[in-house]
Amino acid sequence: MFRYAIRRLLFAIPTLLVISFIIFALLDLAPSDPTAQLPLTIPEEVREMIKLSLGLGEPFHIRYLKWLEQFLVNEPLNLIEQFWGIEIGNSEDRLRVRSWSTRAPVVDLIAARLPQTLSVVGVSYIVAILIAVPIGVISAYKQYSIFDQIGTFVSMIGFSVPTFFTGTVFIVIFSVILGWLPSIYDTTLEVRDLDSFVAQFKQMIMPVMVLGLFNAAQLSRFMRSSMLDNLNQEYVRTARSKGMAEPVVILIHVLRNSMIPVVTVIALGLPTTFAGAIITEQIFRINGVGQLLIGAIEGADIPTVQTVTFIFAVLIVLFNLIADLLYGMLDPRIRYD
Amino acid sequence: MTDSVQGRVLAAEAEEVELRHRSLWLDVWHQFRSHKGAMAGVGVFAFIVLAVLLGPYIHDIDPQYLDYRAKNQGMSLAHPMGTDNLGRDMFAQVLAGGRTSLAVGVTAMALSLSLGTLVGVIAGFFARLDGVLMRLTDLFLALPILPLLLVIIMLFRDTLRSLFGPEIGIFILIVFVIGITSWMQTARIVRGEVLAIKEREFVLAARSIGTRSYRMIFRHIFPNVLSPIMVSATLGVAAAIITESALSFLGLGFPSDFPTWGRLLFDGVPFLNINPARVIWPGLAISLTVLSVNYIGDGLRDALDPRIRGR
Repeated sequence: MFRYAIRRLLFAIPTLLVISFIIFALLDLAPSDPTAQLPLTIPEEVREMIKLSLGLGEPFHIRYLKWLEQFLVNEPLNLIEQFWGIEIGNSEDRLRVRSWSTRAPVVDLIAARLPQTLSVVGVSYIVAILIAVPIGVISAYKQYSIFDQIGTFVSMIGFSVPTFFTGTVFIVIFSVILGWLPSIYDTTLEVRDLDSFVAQFKQMIMPVMVLGLFNAAQLSRFMRSSMLDNLNQEYVRTARSKGMAEPVVILIHVLRNSMIPVVTVIALGLPTTFAGAIITEQIFRINGVGQLLIGAIEGADIPTVQTVTFIFAVLIVLFNLIADLLYGMLDPRIRYD
Repeated sequence: MTDSVQGRVLAAEAEEVELRHRSLWLDVWHQFRSHKGAMAGVGVFAFIVLAVLLGPYIHDIDPQYLDYRAKNQGMSLAHPMGTDNLGRDMFAQVLAGGRTSLAVGVTAMALSLSLGTLVGVIAGFFARLDGVLMRLTDLFLALPILPLLLVIIMLFRDTLRSLFGPEIGIFILIVFVIGITSWMQTARIVRGEVLAIKEREFVLAARSIGTRSYRMIFRHIFPNVLSPIMVSATLGVAAAIITESALSFLGLGFPSDFPTWGRLLFDGVPFLNINPARVIWPGLAISLTVLSVNYIGDGLRDALDPRIRGR
């Protein structure tokens, strides 16, 4: 197991390097001019100097290696320094990946946006699990019952209807017609007392439910089929014939075994949910990481786009790894060597 | 007396034999018909396709015709889905948008399916290429698809527009990017099937009479992996339609004057307060299409699975 983990970790490094190269090359070699949006009155030689100041004077491979160094060495060092309050080397001179449009370090921009995204994505994912697991369990236990048929139908609708449609329908119903919930997420809101907590709760309901229901639809299908696989196994019959109470059989024996594949699906789905949050953030105007990315794409802010996209890639590789390791840890029948 | 009983038994047996001698596809069809959701899906999907293809001939208002006096109207006989803020007829726009959305869905699916099948068959059949191709598949699976799609479209939109014109250019770009970022699942499934089929006796028999590789693939392997490919195809159409409308919804898909359902929805969002119907109709069209296609896929999967069929 340990050797397998090390091997997987070592394999993740070249994967990430190749992905970083693809992302960098794609953005760098594409026909786009960072000074194209500046006023036309700026003379040509000033434009050249602006390009030089943006770090475009070096050849492609040097820029790629510099970007890698900044992202993989300098930024982690900065994070360590901030976290423990220590200083490693001359941290003033350390180059950082800077946004072309704001000239601020990209990592700081992301750090400012991350709490909003994390709270919405995190809460919605927990809501999704809380909805999906009971529905999946009951659906499987009472297979072909009315509950199962309705549950299957609703989950089919849940993952067929795109989030941008459920989101706008929610806004139409709850903000426009009923006027209960705000349609725009206010990130300046600070939770200090009960009133502001209620306001925060109210503005989180819609984005969390939109993302949560979409994920719950997928998870409940997995949960149901995994339960069905386990319910027909012999150990269930053994447990029942020992005279164990039905809740114990279902909730302890079967549920624990059926959770094994579901847990890995949950881990695998998390990065996708992060990327999917781009759309939810756009609907409810949450200024999270997704909106940073959209803004950077529209403003041709290449360093920000490269960094955010690469962070998404890191998340995917990381959670793939976690899912694989979890699978091996939770299920002792699986041997990797 | 005994003769007639025997005769009846024989007749019954003959009937049973007759029943057993149905063709594979008839069998699949019988199983498929018993899946109510799938049949409903076929009905709804056929209705949407027919409406989108034939609708513009019956409801023949030009979707781009501006009529400022009739802007932001509700449902009426002249405008069954109302009008938008420029007085364009929403029903005509939804029909026109549906043509583009469905065309994108089908074309992107065809591209991703051919890529996936090609990679899967080659990886499964030629052991030497297996490692390289599967690593490539893993690599693609690790790419953050939605951000990359947005980036590619932003970067190459103008270039392709100037090369092929505004409408065809964006169509080619979107179909291409969706196609090359969604073939991985098909490739994995097909490879698995090919690996299993390769070990079967009929392949050994074919090999032992000296069948060439390409004939082997087209004559023996390919027909046997057709069922997972068909299931992938239906699910691929749904996924492509969703992806395209998500891109259009983020403002990086089709332009307003060449709308798809996603773009119509995106254009309707600022007018939610005045005219919510502008969002509801295109959204409903996307959802119904995807739902029906997903049900068809579900039914196909059950019908093509020999372990479920005939039960």
